[in-house]
Amino acid sequence: MVALLSRRLLQLIPTVFFVSVIIFLLQQLLPGDPALVMAGEDRDPEVIAQIRRMYRLDQPLPIQYLYWIKGVIVGDLGESMRLKVPVSDLVLEKLPVTLQLATMAIIVALAIGVTAGVLSAVKRDSWIDYVVNVLSLCGISTPNFWLGIMLILLFSVQLGWLPASGYVSPFENLGQSLLTTIMPAFVLGNALAGVLMRHTRAAMLQAMDSDYVRTAKAKGLSNTAIIVKHALRNALTPIITLGALEFGTLLSGAVLTEQIFTIPGFGKLIVDAVFNRDYAVVQGVVLVTATTYILLNLLADIGYILADPRLRK
Amino acid sequence: MTAAAQVLPAPAASIAPPESPMRQAWKRLRRRKGAMIALGVLLIIIFAAIFAPLIAPYDPAKQSWTAVRKAPSALYWFGTDEVGRDMFSRVIYGARASLMAGVISVCIALGLGAPLGLLAGYMGGWVDALISRFTDAMLACPFLILAIALAAFLGPSLTNAMIAIGVTATPIFVRLTRGQVLTVKVENYIEAARSIGNSQWRIATRHILPNILPQLMVQATVTIATAIIAEAALSFLGLGQQPPAPSWGSMLNVAQRFLTNAPWMAIFPGVAIFATVLSFNLFGDGLRDALDPRSK
Repeated sequence: MVALLSRRLLQLIPTVFFVSVIIFLLQQLLPGDPALVMAGEDRDPEVIAQIRRMYRLDQPLPIQYLYWIKGVIVGDLGESMRLKVPVSDLVLEKLPVTLQLATMAIIVALAIGVTAGVLSAVKRDSWIDYVVNVLSLCGISTPNFWLGIMLILLFSVQLGWLPASGYVSPFENLGQSLLTTIMPAFVLGNALAGVLMRHTRAAMLQAMDSDYVRTAKAKGLSNTAIIVKHALRNALTPIITLGALEFGTLLSGAVLTEQIFTIPGFGKLIVDAVFNRDYAVVQGVVLVTATTYILLNLLADIGYILADPRLRK
Repeated sequence: MTAAAQVLPAPAASIAPPESPMRQAWKRLRRRKGAMIALGVLLIIIFAAIFAPLIAPYDPAKQSWTAVRKAPSALYWFGTDEVGRDMFSRVIYGARASLMAGVISVCIALGLGAPLGLLAGYMGGWVDALISRFTDAMLACPFLILAIALAAFLGPSLTNAMIAIGVTATPIFVRLTRGQVLTVKVENYIEAARSIGNSQWRIATRHILPNILPQLMVQATVTIATAIIAEAALSFLGLGQQPPAPSWGSMLNVAQRFLTNAPWMAIFPGVAIFATVLSFNLFGDGLRDALDPRSK
């Protein structure tokens, strides 16, 4: 198992290296001279030359990359041009908000997706299976920003039950925090619920056809015991792994959801940065999300190895 | 000897010519009601996009200060927007941006991804390692965040949004093509093609590519759905289609500000995105089952 994990860790190195190259190269796509962009209104050649020296823009690309990655390794993601604060501080401030949202979304997705998937597999080829499948496809096909707008229209504008925007930290007021995040969490979890439902259904169908379920049936166990204790328990491993992997997708979806519900998280940070041409922040956010995704991938692998004794050689 | 004679094939004249795999797939697809309904809806949307000037009752950009935020009626089927433009006409014209973005970005992704995947899978060795690690790295960056970053760095426009989505979706096709090539290249007919002296290029394009096309087609259909949502998302954020040209995403962005007194502005463009994406997903599902010979 140690050998397997070490191999997996070694494989991460080139991936992380390429991620950093991609993110570094993003800046090279900027139309025009970055020094001119940074100088803004000030077109004094002296100032521009100074900026070029300061940010090492006068150096060849590989050297610029080495300086940039050296900073990244020690946690220096650069400075926000607009807010004049380190990008790492901004990331640390906004990340917990998005993590709260993503965690709630995972709970929503697991609750809906796994329940619907089990139901669909148990009632295979019945009208329930058909309806659940259609609903899952609808969930996957609904753009989350539109779903968000529709929920605001219903629950905030028409019924007045939930606040349309804003965010309260759970450490300040837990009840209020749940009220402000329940709609965005549902919006974010909705598409994932559709994906999880499909995977749960497939995993459950496979489990229901297996020898150990047949043995459980032969022993005369009740249907509920067979489904919950035998089939679902075995089907859950791939579902949890998938859930971990989809966390990255949730971070992506949070961009629009946070924008609609005006939640001051990671997604809103990147959108604001895009519009203010604060490229260091954009790079920092992409780097942190990609690294989080890679680490989650690794954790999912470890979880998989721990859950399946056959992989622990 | 007698037994061997019994299993001899019947004379060739009595055997009906085998149906082509594409024909068999089409027959299987026709049996799938959901996929056929989806295909019908898609054809209607494509028809509406192509013949938008003939179908739309009004000019989609024409403002009318006497018809600001009118509710849906016989005169304005989907109501009007904040400057009195007809929503129905804008939704019809908006289909052009969405479909174009979906198809063109997938063409970019397929055009870049399939050759790279073919190269990686067929050549193996360091070429494969390099391409695969780069693909892994791109897949590690969440799709929409990378597309937003790319679109932001390239500058806001529909063309740049399509490039951003296309480039971001490329690794999906690299990985799929590579995987399929690895499966196909060990088949006997590839070995046969190699043994009679075919060049590597000919084997890759004439023997491997046609055999992996069905899988690529299915993935392309499903990715069009993803690309349409991504374009709508970028336009919603102001990074795609620029005003006054209509796009479903940018229409939703404006509609957000008028939810209380003009909810129809948010409903119809969203329904249009939903119906198009659902149809592509349903059709993609049907196509997958129809092209898989093991499916019932």
